[in-house]
Amino acid sequence: MSKTESKAAKPEVVENLVTFFINDKEHQAIPGSMLIEVADASDIHIPRFCYHKKLTVAANCRMCLVEVEKAPKPLPACATPVMEGMKVWTKSEKALTAQKDTMEFLLINHPLDCPICDQGGECELQDLSMAFGASTSSYQEIKRVVVDKDIGELVSTEMTRCIQCTRCVRFGDEISGMRELGATGRGDRMEIGTFVEKSLDSELSGNIIDICPVGALTAKPSRYHSRSWEMLQSEGIGSHDGVGSNVRLHTFKNKLVRVIAGENDAINECWISDRDRFSYEGVYAQDRVKSPMIKKNGIWKEVDWIVALEAVANELKDVNPNAVGVLASARATIEEQYLLQKVMRSLGVNNIDHRLRQTDFYDQENTDLFPNLGMKIADVESTDAVMLIGSNVRKEQPMINHRIRKAVLKGAKVFTVNPRELAFNYDVAEQCVVTPNEMVAQLALIAKASFTLSKKKVPAGLSDLLKSVRATKSAKTIAECLSDAKKPAVFVGNIAQQHPAYSTIRVLALVIAENTGATFGVVGGSGNTSGAWLAGLIPHRKEAGEAVDEIGKNAAEMLNHPKKVYVLLDVELESDSDNPQQALAALNQAECVIAISPYANKKMLANADVILPSAAYSETSGTYVNLEGTWQSFKAASKSYENARPAWKILRVLGNQLDVKGFDYVSSKDVRDELKDLCDKAEDGLHKFEATGIYVPHDSASSKSLQRIGEVAEYSCDSLVRRAQSLQASKPEQQLVQLNTKEIENLGLQTVFESNLNKVQVKQGGVMVEMSITANDMIPDGCALLMAGTKSSGLLGSAFGEIEVTL
Amino acid sequence: MANTNTILTKYERDDIDSWVAKFPEGRSQSALLAALRAVMHEDHYLSTEKMDAVAEYMGLSKIAVYEVASFYSMYELDEKAAAKNSISVCTNVSCMLNGSDEIVEHIEERLGIKMGESTPDKQFFFKVEEECLAACCGAPMMQLNHVYHENLTKEKVDALLESVKTNGSLHKKETS
Repeated sequence: MSKTESKAAKPEVVENLVTFFINDKEHQAIPGSMLIEVADASDIHIPRFCYHKKLTVAANCRMCLVEVEKAPKPLPACATPVMEGMKVWTKSEKALTAQKDTMEFLLINHPLDCPICDQGGECELQDLSMAFGASTSSYQEIKRVVVDKDIGELVSTEMTRCIQCTRCVRFGDEISGMRELGATGRGDRMEIGTFVEKSLDSELSGNIIDICPVGALTAKPSRYHSRSWEMLQSEGIGSHDGVGSNVRLHTFKNKLVRVIAGENDAINECWISDRDRFSYEGVYAQDRVKSPMIKKNGIWKEVDWIVALEAVANELKDVNPNAVGVLASARATIEEQYLLQKVMRSLGVNNIDHRLRQTDFYDQENTDLFPNLGMKIADVESTDAVMLIGSNVRKEQPMINHRIRKAVLKGAKVFTVNPRELAFNYDVAEQCVVTPNEMVAQLALIAKASFTLSKKKVPAGLSDLLKSVRATKSAKTIAECLSDAKKPAVFVGNIAQQHPAYSTIRVLALVIAENTGATFGVVGGSGNTSGAWLAGLIPHRKEAGEAVDEIGKNAAEMLNHPKKVYVLLDVELESDSDNPQQALAALNQAECVIAISPYANKKMLANADVILPSAAYSETSGTYVNLEGTWQSFKAASKSYENARPAWKILRVLGNQLDVKGFDYVSSKDVRDELKDLCDKAEDGLHKFEATGIYVPHDSASSKSLQRIGEVAEYSCDSLVRRAQSLQASKPEQQLVQLNTKEIENLGLQTVFESNLNKVQVKQGGVMVEMSITANDMIPDGCALLMAGTKSSGLLGSAFGEIEVTL
Repeated sequence: MANTNTILTKYERDDIDSWVAKFPEGRSQSALLAALRAVMHEDHYLSTEKMDAVAEYMGLSKIAVYEVASFYSMYELDEKAAAKNSISVCTNVSCMLNGSDEIVEHIEERLGIKMGESTPDKQFFFKVEEECLAACCGAPMMQLNHVYHENLTKEKVDALLESVKTNGSLHKKETS
């Protein structure tokens, strides 16, 4: 396979261009460009199956054969480099005959039953056979049949339809970094598959559906649901990570039925994560709320919007603002977030937060205007040394991980400091695996090495922490590698942000970055975490970073010291907060809980007093701001469910009910524009670091207790994805408690594996839960991985607290 | 995770090491054919477990090993083929014209098995050879383990099978 980077003809590039002719018209391109790239860039269509602009050239389908002067036989445009004076004809008789013959061969073994194929109507083979094929075939014999493979919950296979273009195989090799599919057998018995029964494990696996040119690989959840010509396509933005991947939303009869990748080279190229692709299943979950509801004497009653909003306004009108806590989702649109804080601040409420999983807010005032990557997403691939701190970036931010992978393939070195060893899809120079409690000490080693290396003075605030630290050899190597790099980066992720000593970790990451000349960035958060900061959904700043008169309580404080009234925006505290036990207790004692939410599960029905049904993903217009600070707006793609309304409209009416000034918005665009103007004027503070509190690792309370590693499970990060059944079914291991073999033996738990149930008792905060256990030797001693956001974790305490695991 | 050191025999590991050393660093995949040949030498077939072990030992993805193993007909993937000696009778045009069918029939009768089966005592596997073995000048011919035997007659076949069974000496590793 020859490597081809995308170097299609770009007229502005003045290099030694070669001049050649396609269809008798003069063209110029960089030497080494393949004919098909140049043709694509000039809108000359050449049929193809195996060629894909983001994959290496295979030249095995032969569909792109074109006539080239002086070549005795037609040549494949995907593997023929342009040459000076070359003359190419893409539609000459010779070219068309070659394409027609190729088509006949491809159809020999391909079923001709498009009406019963899920791909029918959007099939490249169908389209090209209409355009380039013959209406008859000389082949009269029996076609071959290939047994379908079960490759998991997300991708359906119909392998008889496969034309062996190997796009899916190359995708695994080159993009997802996991060779899961391969071409086994030979000749007419070659098959694409996994050879052994295996589910696809890659977080990007769904992309093979998009690139499969035929109906061999289709989306399992939406299969046979509707025809491509019956669906309407709208542009959308992925909402589960800080990338803001561009997606295309497909609706059928006003319902969202499918999501495919959109294209944006600056953000997600043409790939999306499985989470962004399949989370839409959660939109129509069984617990969607149909109408506004009010609970009286423990009984829920559906009411009209006007009644519900009046009730809410009355509840909020005369309440003591200090007794109100506002907790909102970082997945809400920036319009919703902005209006929510605007309404609440007009009532004098400053207890507003979206950082529900964070526990250490010590230096929140020193942070940027909004958490950001420090660079453009596309620039991540040109870094040459990356340090990841408390980040399972592959699962948290799959498309940023994809860029890091590209950097590694170009020679970048990656170092990690994490509470467990992670499976990356690229070579990592060193994974420093330490228990959560030891993370600060581990970073201190590297920070110390960076101070020694840069000959900078340790600032007073850090001197206590660093004075007795002696850098290890590995810490020195990491610091040296970062300083020697031309474009190094230090990223902190979700695990760091949830860590009980986040402020210290952040400061150490900042000094390491400063001392080594690296860019500091955050690779964490949800679809609109950056937006939440800009919208003022934080206790210490209003919209666009404007100072508040009095700093409100942060999320942890609001739940630690319960409030009388809670306002929740698309938040489920049992899954979205650091300490579900504490959070639910706080809701339970509150006099009034007002929930604006698309869903109402049992816990919400038990704890809330008013539920205002809001539009779910794809049902509202809005804007997400991603980690590089790009504002991406979208329109509603589907109709709101029953009587649900977009949350920004609910909040607009509430604002009017409460006589808040400036609530006469006509569209969500008005809201956005108002905020965007303010943000454009706002000056971005730089990363400051000052003397911070030093986190002292505490000893375990008893020998039996373990440190919990409570990172958020890949498919449990928000209300939508938790309801996406196919995603849930694809990763059952998220629900398990995981310990290393040694720890299992220490605790005398090995006997559970004798029966097949593997059940153990997990105890945290006085609550005992029965869970299944599995051994995972990538977890350090003295720790247990029990992911947050999962079913059992909703009954437990703090994500990074202590737990006991017993028989 | 099973330890590859306990799954692969010392012979296999040593052989793989010697082949990997012949290729530039990072190109261990080039030694895969030889690695699988080493496993064939030990087990007479490639179990999934062994292929996975080879993948892990050589730092390749498992599917890359499956692809190669399933492509070449000299590798057997079915445990049924795991007999001490492998017989392939060429049945392509030249051999067929010179009586390979009778040779096949004779072997089937003698061993009491059909083509594609192994004898119950695991002495012989009678392979379904689909390709021309490129010895048309000596048709009919067969390949017994690694050695070609040409101008076959029933008597010659009998003698060969008898000698292999008693001596077992023809099953040698014959790699250059």
